[in-house]
Amino acid sequence: MDSRRSSRALIDPKVRQVGFFTNAPLPPDRTQSDPPDPIHSTPLADASSPGNFLSPVMIPPPRHPSSSLLPRLPHSPSDAFPPPSPTTTTTTTSLGDFSDDVTAASSPPSAAAAAARVRGRGSSVKQQGAASSFPGGGFEVPPSVKAPSSVPASGLTTVSVVKLPPGISENAGGSVSVEVQSDRALNSKPLKEKTSKAERRAIQEAQRAAKAAAKAEGIKTPAATALANAKPTKSTRPSPQRNDSPVVVAASEKKGGDRSVEKDRKKDVPHPRMQYDDKSRVQKLKKRSVVKPTEARNRVELFRHLPQYEHGTQLPVLQSKFFQLDTLHPAVYKVGLQYLSGDICGGNARCIAMLQAFQEAIRDYSTPPAKTLSRDLTAKISSYVSFLIDCRPLSVSMGNAIRFLKSQIAKIPISLSESEAKATLHSDIERFINEKIILADRVIVKHAVTKIRDGDVLLTYGSSSAVEMILQHAHELGKQFRVVIVDSRPKHEGKLLLRRLVRKGLSCTYTHINAISYIIHEVTRVFLGASSVLSNGTVCSRVGTACVAMVAYGFHIPVLVCCEAYKFHERVQLDSICSNELGVLLAGDPDSISKVPGREDINHLDGWDKSENLQLLNLIYDATPSDYVSLIITDYGMIPPTSVPVIVREYGRGQLWI
Amino acid sequence: MDFQVVVLAGGTSKKLVPLVSKEVPKALLPVANRPVLSYVLEQLELSNIKDLIVVVEGADAALCVGGWISAAYVDRLHVEVATVPEDVGTAGALRAIAHHLTAKDVLVVSGDLVSDVPPGAVTAAHRRHDAVVTAMICSVPVSGLSEAGSSGAKDKTKKPGRYNIIGMDPTKQFLLHIATGAELEKDTRIRKSILRAVGQMDIRADLMDAHMYAFNRSVLQEVLDQKDKFQSLKQDVLPYLVRSQLKSEILINGAPQGQQAKENGNDKVSYRILANASTPSFHELYALGPNGSAPVRRTHKCCVYIASNSKYCVRLNSIQAFMDINRDVIGEANHLSGYNFSAQNNIIHPSAELGSKTTVGPHCMLGEGSQMGDKCSVKRSVIGRHCRIGSNVKVVNSVVMNHVTIGDGCSIQGSVICSNAQLQERVALKDCQVLSLSTSVFLSLSSNEYL
Repeated sequence: MDSRRSSRALIDPKVRQVGFFTNAPLPPDRTQSDPPDPIHSTPLADASSPGNFLSPVMIPPPRHPSSSLLPRLPHSPSDAFPPPSPTTTTTTTSLGDFSDDVTAASSPPSAAAAAARVRGRGSSVKQQGAASSFPGGGFEVPPSVKAPSSVPASGLTTVSVVKLPPGISENAGGSVSVEVQSDRALNSKPLKEKTSKAERRAIQEAQRAAKAAAKAEGIKTPAATALANAKPTKSTRPSPQRNDSPVVVAASEKKGGDRSVEKDRKKDVPHPRMQYDDKSRVQKLKKRSVVKPTEARNRVELFRHLPQYEHGTQLPVLQSKFFQLDTLHPAVYKVGLQYLSGDICGGNARCIAMLQAFQEAIRDYSTPPAKTLSRDLTAKISSYVSFLIDCRPLSVSMGNAIRFLKSQIAKIPISLSESEAKATLHSDIERFINEKIILADRVIVKHAVTKIRDGDVLLTYGSSSAVEMILQHAHELGKQFRVVIVDSRPKHEGKLLLRRLVRKGLSCTYTHINAISYIIHEVTRVFLGASSVLSNGTVCSRVGTACVAMVAYGFHIPVLVCCEAYKFHERVQLDSICSNELGVLLAGDPDSISKVPGREDINHLDGWDKSENLQLLNLIYDATPSDYVSLIITDYGMIPPTSVPVIVREYGRGQLWI
Repeated sequence: MDFQVVVLAGGTSKKLVPLVSKEVPKALLPVANRPVLSYVLEQLELSNIKDLIVVVEGADAALCVGGWISAAYVDRLHVEVATVPEDVGTAGALRAIAHHLTAKDVLVVSGDLVSDVPPGAVTAAHRRHDAVVTAMICSVPVSGLSEAGSSGAKDKTKKPGRYNIIGMDPTKQFLLHIATGAELEKDTRIRKSILRAVGQMDIRADLMDAHMYAFNRSVLQEVLDQKDKFQSLKQDVLPYLVRSQLKSEILINGAPQGQQAKENGNDKVSYRILANASTPSFHELYALGPNGSAPVRRTHKCCVYIASNSKYCVRLNSIQAFMDINRDVIGEANHLSGYNFSAQNNIIHPSAELGSKTTVGPHCMLGEGSQMGDKCSVKRSVIGRHCRIGSNVKVVNSVVMNHVTIGDGCSIQGSVICSNAQLQERVALKDCQVLSLSTSVFLSLSSNEYL
């Protein structure tokens, strides 16, 4: 492998000559004034030596495995995450105090409450305990509620409980025991052979409590008692018993339903480039989708294969579903909402937001009984991902990040304890963000700054985070240059970039894309960001980028694309029609086109979307052919677009993702 | 989703005094023969919220409400009832149950809200912006106002200046100013700093606070602890949070704001990438230092969710509102009532008995076991269970509760007749409220009197 690489370095690169390369060498002091970066000084070392500029194809040796950087240390479980409380516990959960003041008031069912609590395995504790403390479902004000203090603390009294089937709900005393058992039967399945002493005791206590409750109520339920008697046998062979008790059936159905839903979601994660004109697949997708958007009335025929939805239908649906999406982690939900509403956009930001949400979700994750972490967590992540796809199609960067995360989950050795595994994943995600995005950006900045000379006029389009960092860093180095920001409707992302750059003291010019041919005469360099770079060198980026690149090419101005290597993809794409994204929120939003910001009086297009013959189309990306790109600056060096396959092959997939 | 739901059911409201009593607290006032609280609970149940805390003022009222909930929702919801002393106000009620709140955010709903706005919309808006408080506001019911104009007497029952002044930013996502009706009489003061930070403020007088709030739990508890004079969420806590949003004094535990920029350089970069990618709200712009460096000022966000005009959203907080809601629930907003309407657009319980030549018009409701004599006419009214109504009675625009006896030849217009009342023959009522407790009415009354 080493020999191969060195030989390639010897060969004179068979790429187009990038003209400005032979320009005057950079003064070494400028480059040395970079902030010290001990880790990545290696690629820079040759850059700063004056006689030896960066060759167009400069593929540094693969960075040393990041173990030196962020060692994949097995966190001690206590510092990262608190160890999960043992599943069979006799301590009350934090919710136990809901029923505490009640049990003080009503003595006979307190044993039942305690028993239910002992048995408790997680979330149902509160309901069970509270339910059993009020056997009749009746209502009683605990005498201790009216505290005389200035801020009286009031107790809570459970007056109704959930999920009792109507047949048994009249005598809740019986149903408590039934529920206790049903949970018990389900929970004890994995360890049915051995019941620990504490558990047997819990069973006994629950039984006793149920009897006491039933007696206190004065109602004998034959079904309940029969079930209570049948319990010991049940824990050993649960299946036949479960079928004849309605409660258990309901419970198991519920559980099974959950599982199948999860499985469905896992299975049907839509293909990232699904063809939406395939009717059967779209039907399948619709069944599964959380956000059921209404399709646009006037769809553009040429783009039938892309999802075209009516404007503004998704957000309200997603909002009103807030409480239905119980399986979803709140952080993931929030990120999805932010994608959908356009609060977060931009490849890097979306990827970081997603990964951070996954970090939180993993932190709060606990493996359900009878499942292994790696399998269950993968399914969970898949369901999150399909939710995020519902909100907005994934970008290439996110796809790569998800693939990385899943491979990390799969790699976790089964011997690792849950908290250790979670800590490892946490640090893995952290490492991905740091290395693939933040450090990569830093390296890109280092490379790109060498291309900026005093007196340059740099043109950028839209708002790219990498380009912004380059401009700011070059400014900090004291280079004298001017920036032209080209922007376009409807999102006007360049405005924010303009505001930030001006605040830093850069001299900027702001113009719209229709003035590009006018302004291009002054420009000496074009810096562009990218959403993804495909293996034929095609650069996918914000719509309008291709236009800018082509104009620059026509005027013989070098076009430099800044893109982190984790956005590379081995796919080949020739145009921007076959795979693209339609602006979901803004696409069909006629207001974003018809309204002129700051001019309320211009309303010639009001109500134009009602027209039958009008088809609205708002593409988000376009594809810039590699001919128009002079250079791609990545964290592996500066490469011509024809060398993208090399990066994808050498660093992609297995090697690249650590 | 890490949300706890608190329903403030109130006690025996003074504003509804002829209608409510010890036996019938405000939460159990019948709207289309269902307690008003059931509308809230069902809306919550529809959103898959199963765990609720219902806070009731006064022990007697709590007993009634708890009894009713346990009977009606035993197999559907997990409800816990907390009793607080009377006159502690909404803030006091939350203070009393503060130690039961554990989730990250709390959704507080008034028990008298009759609405079909999904609560998830409010909570989602809250989460999206990491807000400290999100309030739902709805448009002032137009129908109620126009109705009041047509029958002039009702104008008096409508208290003047019950309106809010609500200021929002141009995107209609953030709450910048809120003033309740009492303050409206004086001059309204708007914070200059907020106005300067936002640049533009929409001030609306046609919106009102629907009393459904999502609070960040830790912030809510802190405010309640520190400001122990605060009585009402609507008049004290919410305006306070809105007022102080740009110079926040509260410690946000979760630190949703700029405090995230930690020492670690990489974290700062990722934070900056995230911040640059999104359109900054004015809070973030204001919090930034003069040179755009790390945030120096502490801010918090107060968001707003505006219920669309197509949704129904009214609070039952006055007698007028009680009449309006009763009319609307069987009229234009009849999807809320949960009943199936007949072809004549009314609901007549199968066990109700109608005399000959008795007509029940559209938008009417006749409860279980009620009997009506001959030649009666009912228009746009709700009649409760087991009422006995004599012959030749006219009931228009009225609410008749349960077990009411009405003698022959009565004429009832725009009135509320509470349970167990008895009207003698030939009584004419117009815009009255008749108290229960077996009052017998002989006289003809008009205008706003109550017995």
